[in-house]
Amino acid sequence: MAGAGGGANDVQWCFSQVKGAIDDDVAEADIISTVEFNHSGELLATGDKGGRVVIFQQDIENKSQPQCRSEYNVYSTFQSHEPEFDYLKSLEIEEKINKIRWLPQKNAAQFLLSTNDKTIKLWKISERDKRPEGYNLKEEDGRYRDANTITTLRVPVFRPMDLMVEASPRRIFANAHTYHINSISVNSDDMTYLSADDLRINLWHLEITDRSFNVVDIKPANMEELTEVITAAEFHPHQCNTFVYSSSKGTIRLCDMRASALCDKHSKLFEEPEDPSNRSFFSEIISSISDVKFSHSGRYMMTRDYLSVKIWDLNMENRPVETYQVHEYLRSKLCSLYENDCIFDKFECCWNGNDSVVMTGSYNNFFRMLDRTQHRDVTLEASRECSKPRQVLKPRRVCAGGKRKKDEISVDSLDFNKKILHTAWHPQENVIAVATTNNLYIFQEKVN
Amino acid sequence: MSSENQESEAPLESGEEKQQDSQEKDANPVKSEEAKLKSKYPNLGQKPGGSDFLMKRLQKGQKYFDSGDYNMAKAKMKSKQLPVAGPEKGLVTGDHIPTPQDLPQRKSSLVTSKLAG
Repeated sequence: MAGAGGGANDVQWCFSQVKGAIDDDVAEADIISTVEFNHSGELLATGDKGGRVVIFQQDIENKSQPQCRSEYNVYSTFQSHEPEFDYLKSLEIEEKINKIRWLPQKNAAQFLLSTNDKTIKLWKISERDKRPEGYNLKEEDGRYRDANTITTLRVPVFRPMDLMVEASPRRIFANAHTYHINSISVNSDDMTYLSADDLRINLWHLEITDRSFNVVDIKPANMEELTEVITAAEFHPHQCNTFVYSSSKGTIRLCDMRASALCDKHSKLFEEPEDPSNRSFFSEIISSISDVKFSHSGRYMMTRDYLSVKIWDLNMENRPVETYQVHEYLRSKLCSLYENDCIFDKFECCWNGNDSVVMTGSYNNFFRMLDRTQHRDVTLEASRECSKPRQVLKPRRVCAGGKRKKDEISVDSLDFNKKILHTAWHPQENVIAVATTNNLYIFQEKVN
Repeated sequence: MSSENQESEAPLESGEEKQQDSQEKDANPVKSEEAKLKSKYPNLGQKPGGSDFLMKRLQKGQKYFDSGDYNMAKAKMKSKQLPVAGPEKGLVTGDHIPTPQDLPQRKSSLVTSKLAG
């Protein structure tokens, strides 16, 4: 199978699988809130509003044959977070999983960090495929034998059993965030990670739960002077001293932990100057960055704001090197999008394995693939109507006004309740996971 | 790697440009949207991305009834006007009290995710 090379238009995407209930009546708990492949792509984790994590595993039996398609099947599922109550403020703490991040695998077990608004948990997922049998003091069902009946001794042996996957919480990192956690990011040093809320970023050691080091604090002394909040943060993929955080005003700050203990002063500030003639009531809201992701190479970073995706070269702070419009036709709908709160939707974005294509979601269950090398883009749809096995996805087109061509959909017909906020791309293959409100779609590259 | 700023779609190839071709381009759909919004909500704040808006974001979370808060607010009401975002508005106590109609429905019991079904 080709690697993650090839542009968006070389690759034809086919439906592979869909997970989740078909019925339209979506329970709040089933709303998917995060999707993440692990470092090998073998595992795919989802988190939902009900605080549950479901992990799928790629069936690798036939992977050596390029013609075969691999499937993702349920590997483990567990309740990561439960609803809590802040008694002091009479506020409920949602159990919704905001982010999942995998740790690189070091032994047979898998580890992931999952977080809700206030608490981060380190989960160990391990397999058990044999069990000891032949105890001297216990029956097979666990009951203790009467000591008087024991006349001989035997050595217990391990016998194979049906595979059991167990998830256990190994660390709970709590009470370090006054505001709502929006990001977690594992450092390349394999020892630390950061967690970011609206106003602060903390550095943790994976082994230590009772202490956390504050590295960024943008809370003003007088809260009335608050003008921007932190929206996302991520560690550099290779430089363990470097991380970035984005803001609600459309800026990204790069911080170097070698420069000082408290990184309130950035090392670099990435900001595109705004054309003052374009300023409107909506300007700041739509410039708010909802996601920031480093490229795998570490040379670039991508930001997602309401209408566009921007690629930044870390060596150039004054403007992005590439800008892609995700759904420019929404610019004439900003009033109603403000009224129905859609303007505040937080879309994520992701890179493919070799950083040649980026992907992000939109409304009407559309998602966009933006090819950086071929300068082409395509809009695809995740829907049950295009869910026959190996069915090739047809490009979709939105008509912003004027005469609607056949096969186009008009802006006014878009369903703004069907939003694709979370997508993920397999680190090595052309396999993508796209989350609609309560369903997870898996698409693969068409293999001839 | 070149550092040119590229756009993958031509600016405003959509139909509305044709409808307003007597005027300028880009800002126009947004300005007319802004005018629409201001006519609907004339009291909308001057700083849309400013304090009030961000305060709301920081205070996200279901607030429950608290009798202590309720009584404190009742006492405050006598001396102050309708409270707005004050200095310590990071704390959501005292002034923002839900009425019984605002209280959420009881959450359903925890079941296995349908993704795993």
